[in-house]
Amino acid sequence: MSESSALALPDNERTGKTADVSMSSADASLDVAGLDRSRAKRSAPERSIAAAPVMSGKRDLRLDLFRGLALWLIFLDHIPSNIVNWVTIRNYGFSDATEIFIFISGYTAAFVYGKSMRERGIVIAGSRILRRAWQLYVAHIFLFAIFMAEIAYFQSSSVNPVYAEEVNALDFMQRPDETIIQALLLKFKPSYMDILPLYIVLMLLFPPILWLLQRSATAALGLSVILYAFNWHFGWNLKSYPAGEWFFNPLAWQLLFVFGAWCALGGAERLSKVLRSRVTMSIAIAYLLFAFSIAMTWHFPRLRIFIPLWLADWMYPIDKTNLDVLRFAHFLALAALTVRFLPKTWPGLESRFLRPAILCGQNSLEVFCLGIFLSFAGHFVMVEFFHGYVMQVVVSITGVLIMIAVAALISWYKSSERGSGPPKRAPDADLAGGQV
Amino acid sequence: MRTVVAAILMVIAGVCGAEAQQIDADTCAVPGYMLFGDNLLQRVWAAAKANHLKIVVFGTTSSTLAGSETSPDAYPARLEATLRRLLPGLTIDVVSYAKPRQTAERMVKGFDKVLKEEKPILAIWQTGTYDAMQGVDPKEFLLSVTAGVEKLRAAGVDVILVNMQYNPRTENILAIEAYSENLRWVARERQVPLFDRFAIMRNWNDSGAIDLFAATKDIAIAKRVHECIGRALASLIIDAGRLGAVEGKTPQ
Repeated sequence: MSESSALALPDNERTGKTADVSMSSADASLDVAGLDRSRAKRSAPERSIAAAPVMSGKRDLRLDLFRGLALWLIFLDHIPSNIVNWVTIRNYGFSDATEIFIFISGYTAAFVYGKSMRERGIVIAGSRILRRAWQLYVAHIFLFAIFMAEIAYFQSSSVNPVYAEEVNALDFMQRPDETIIQALLLKFKPSYMDILPLYIVLMLLFPPILWLLQRSATAALGLSVILYAFNWHFGWNLKSYPAGEWFFNPLAWQLLFVFGAWCALGGAERLSKVLRSRVTMSIAIAYLLFAFSIAMTWHFPRLRIFIPLWLADWMYPIDKTNLDVLRFAHFLALAALTVRFLPKTWPGLESRFLRPAILCGQNSLEVFCLGIFLSFAGHFVMVEFFHGYVMQVVVSITGVLIMIAVAALISWYKSSERGSGPPKRAPDADLAGGQV
Repeated sequence: MRTVVAAILMVIAGVCGAEAQQIDADTCAVPGYMLFGDNLLQRVWAAAKANHLKIVVFGTTSSTLAGSETSPDAYPARLEATLRRLLPGLTIDVVSYAKPRQTAERMVKGFDKVLKEEKPILAIWQTGTYDAMQGVDPKEFLLSVTAGVEKLRAAGVDVILVNMQYNPRTENILAIEAYSENLRWVARERQVPLFDRFAIMRNWNDSGAIDLFAATKDIAIAKRVHECIGRALASLIIDAGRLGAVEGKTPQ
């Protein structure tokens, strides 16, 4: 357990109140794992994160920072034909914000529920995890309803005859019985709504994974790698409706999630020697440069002649569905550089400038859903009313500002809830329930 | 090598067909790098010497206009008209087999019959949109397209692949990237030209030539899009089939 003690939180909260605490309020306290201090301190007027001293046992603010950034990037990437998309990392290498999001989600899940499992056993921790999966499911269905509203609008509005085919294809509105049931079963997933279903499945599988991770982290990671390898070979995947399979194959993407969890439970410490070595750094930098040059050939087709055929044959297609090894390696290289050059104790993490991203990262489920909604809404505004570069920039910036404002509001709301005594029946259980 | 902008070719097209066309050549201009590649149409080149060029179009609804594959305004007919105009010495026939709701796999099943009946020299194969709508596994799509290209090649037919339309309205509803990437991949692997309809239409929209955002039931824009696609395809065929040389005209 030495590795877990390195990341263990300063004990508070649950040592004081135990069985009488309802599930939701316990989760509400969980979600500030590492951020909140003792009950006595919490009654103090200032409770800002900036005031919390950064120490090894504290929550790693880098996680919140990068998850917040990933949420912004996912929002931007979900608005097609947006000039601001040029800033997102998928244009400069193989991996994109999805990898960051899933890795950090695995990391925080292990961090929060691992503690819960050690203290209160697998049944309590497991049911909390399943409760979280339920929240994710509800959020997904909510987004689905918004999506259907947009489709319905497009279908009823006047349509250019050149797009007769695309409009006919949206005829799943014609058979709502099947469509809605399949959506509830997570089989029918409109495009760009694939991340939450992946996350739901990963959370459903998480209790036994977490249990094994705490028994033997190496065995759990090994099993995960084996599953990934088998999946690579056999091409297993979950079925989708009306045809095909899941866009993000959970059997492949679990690797990143479990790897994140493994890092949270001491793996990061074990890797630190490897990460500090010059060889690792050189390989990571060389690989990122390689990925960058390949990415440039996507944007400037003329550069394609510089890619030898054998390399293209070996490399393409880069499979996002099954988390291509090239993508995974690209994420590892990015993560290695980040960990190396951005230490946990970096004072900048406390600065005002990074606070917006950190706030978003700390309320990730709400901000994620909001981001998906805003990307629909922004795209809708751009298509129906104004388009052009100025509008793309305006929509992108406005969207991110709304995400920040709502994140700040939710944080304030959660902290005021906590301040007003232990909520026996938290009305905001869904909102406040954990931020994994 | 082919740095010349296709506009030159379009201007030739415009001059040749000025009497019949109200759409001016600039509207349809396409940057050369979007249109021309290194993959040649050998059989088209050989057939041109025999003075007969039979082309079939396989596709879905976006290869038709107003629901009719024989519409004189749909791009297969516009392609035929443009080729006839530009290559007056050749007998040119373009026959469209575009049908709604066809996945790539389904279309491949229909190839044999058409090949037997029509004995084409060139097949223009537009696919991917319906597969994307149905959410067909991109890998299966890749296999189907590869199998289809092989089948056509084995029958002695040249192939041009055509990808999806650019549609700003459904861009965030219909995820087509995986399918268009796979089409690009097959085109590269099998060395067949890819007509990048998506990039070309987007170029027309961004340059202001054709407003694809317009919410209108008016068919004028659709007609213009098909006219321009027909012309651009003709340029691609002439270039990749080296028919410019046959006719004493070269795009360079």
